[in-house]
Amino acid sequence: MSTGVTEKTQTTIGGIRRKFAPWNDPAAVPLIRYENVSKRFGEFTAVDNLSLDIYEREFFALLGPSGCGKTTLMRMLAGFEDPTEGRITLGGQDLVGMPPYKRQTNMMFQSYALFPHMSVWDNIAFGLKQDRMEKGSIAARVEEMLKLVKLEKFAKRKPHQLSGGQRQRVALARSLAKRPKVLLLDEPLGALDKKLREETQFELMDIQMQLGMTFLIVTHDQEEAMTVADRIAVMDHGKLIQVAPPAVIYEQPNSRYVADFVGDVNILEAKVEAIAPGNVSLYTSVGGGAKLSIAQNVEAKPGDTAFVAIRPEKVRVDLDPPAWQEANCLRGEVWDIGYLGDLSIYHVELEGGTRIKAAKPNLTRMVERPITWEDKVWVSWTPDSGVVLTR
Amino acid sequence: MAAKARGNKGPGRWLVLGIPYLWLLVLFLVPFLIVFKISLSQDAIAQPPYEPVFDLAAGWEAFTEAFSQLNFDNYAYVLSWDNEFIEAYGSSLWIAGISTLLLLAVGYPIAYGMARAPKSIRPTLLMLVILPFWTSFLIRVYAWIGILSPEGLLNQLLIALGIVSPDAPLQILATDTAVYIGIVYSYLPFMILPLYSALEKMDDTLLEAAADLGCPPFAAFWKITWPLSLPGVFAGCLLCFIPAVGEFVIPDLLGGSDTMMIGKVLWTEFSVNRSWTVSAAVAVLLLLVLVIPIVFYQNVQAKEMEGR
Repeated sequence: MSTGVTEKTQTTIGGIRRKFAPWNDPAAVPLIRYENVSKRFGEFTAVDNLSLDIYEREFFALLGPSGCGKTTLMRMLAGFEDPTEGRITLGGQDLVGMPPYKRQTNMMFQSYALFPHMSVWDNIAFGLKQDRMEKGSIAARVEEMLKLVKLEKFAKRKPHQLSGGQRQRVALARSLAKRPKVLLLDEPLGALDKKLREETQFELMDIQMQLGMTFLIVTHDQEEAMTVADRIAVMDHGKLIQVAPPAVIYEQPNSRYVADFVGDVNILEAKVEAIAPGNVSLYTSVGGGAKLSIAQNVEAKPGDTAFVAIRPEKVRVDLDPPAWQEANCLRGEVWDIGYLGDLSIYHVELEGGTRIKAAKPNLTRMVERPITWEDKVWVSWTPDSGVVLTR
Repeated sequence: MAAKARGNKGPGRWLVLGIPYLWLLVLFLVPFLIVFKISLSQDAIAQPPYEPVFDLAAGWEAFTEAFSQLNFDNYAYVLSWDNEFIEAYGSSLWIAGISTLLLLAVGYPIAYGMARAPKSIRPTLLMLVILPFWTSFLIRVYAWIGILSPEGLLNQLLIALGIVSPDAPLQILATDTAVYIGIVYSYLPFMILPLYSALEKMDDTLLEAAADLGCPPFAAFWKITWPLSLPGVFAGCLLCFIPAVGEFVIPDLLGGSDTMMIGKVLWTEFSVNRSWTVSAAVAVLLLLVLVIPIVFYQNVQAKEMEGR
């Protein structure tokens, strides 16, 4: 393929991506609906009265720690588990009780689950043969899939003759071959090394756009979810904590759990002092006491306990007190510095022992930085960079 | 590199490789050569009951003289159509073949069930399969006489249930059916164990993947489970077929006078007819017949190793 074509496709993809937000459109009909779904294994509740809508062409990520119910939620859509209560529909069709081999979903397994006695070609053709597709069309589709995952030369190999990355591609091609209504990806990149994983993430996004399919990915890797997904559902103990696009999950988490699970965060306990439209004033006793001001609407009343969450890259560290603001300033001492190359992470210890993390990009080639260990410093942030959480 | 390669061929390596070869030489090849020599000798009323006997003390001339007396007459005798040996070989292969298929039909579901059972009870199930070995094989075969005889346990049960009339009990003992029952019963663990080990290794997500791609469970069994268990199927079948061809105790105790199996023929030839030479020829030919499936098995195994 020439580079011109690739570039053109990418601009189109960018254009689609920018406007794509069917979840905000009240007229949009979801492709997948979980309605009050619960799943219990004996005493253990894996999924707890959960409702979720996923739209066509969406790249949707289920994110959470192991045991949070994300895999069970996906397996119920594939048909490997049936919900204890509730309804799951795909394109309006009730799926409960329908065996997996009749569903229009395909899954890419975490272990890839390639058939060891079949060649790459036969693995990809397996699903098509089940549909009794005509031989010529099967061959054409398999060739197309091999091309899509760039494995044309490996068609005759057996899975054990491939590298981990190649096996992953075969698994992807096999699950895409039947053009399912939904492709389910169960920790698809878990077994790959970091660099290959990052490359593959972008390839997955490209493929999803090219084929215009709906992808549902299960992952415990928040970076992966942020990179690929249109929307992320953060799960804990069988419940959805927040469902939103990656930027909203990161910048406007709705709870301490989400703020803490996705990315790095400093959380300070505080008391609400005053509420004005678009602004909350708080007081924290941490670090010898300080006024905090956050530009945000919050459902709370003066006297309530709340939490202020602030991401390390939004925290400033200065040797002199920042004159430009009176709130959101805390005094401390540099306790440790982590030099990461692109960033330096300053761990500042406040009075009373609380530590605040601040990330500073290393913008120059200076080896000696002006702020060093045991310096007395001020940490501060602007009202629009913190977020107040009430749970 | 060269030093490393030589290191692999040190005396330690020859010792390790040498022990099994020495074992095979002393306990297999030498006895086989003795049997082969006897098969080329002639019957004699003597001790031992054949001639010539190699006497190394008698000198070189006596040895060459004795050697020149060896011939293939016994083979011609065994392979002649008039003497029913070929029939016995054929019927042995037939009975062993049918028994092996029956064993596969009985053993596969058992092994499959064991491999699908919860992990915690699998060791117990395995134990139960091996348990019969704790009792002598001969006693277990005798026990079947008590079960299958006309006034045995099976007939008593069927008569009590009114299925069989007391005047005409089922005649199972002393028929080929009894031989099949005996072989299937005795050899079942040898079928189950290799099948179980092949099925137990199989990854369950492969069946989920097959179902996910639109394959109903029964078809998935034939397309995924069965081909992946074939190494176990071959191993189990050969482990049962090869000893079953030469089986002597089961047809002798459970079979009838018309049950022809080569092991029984060999034993009759050896003990009743006192013809060491003919029975030696029968044994050598039996070995030749069995070499074919053994070589086949080796090929399958080599292919299997390649696939790893």
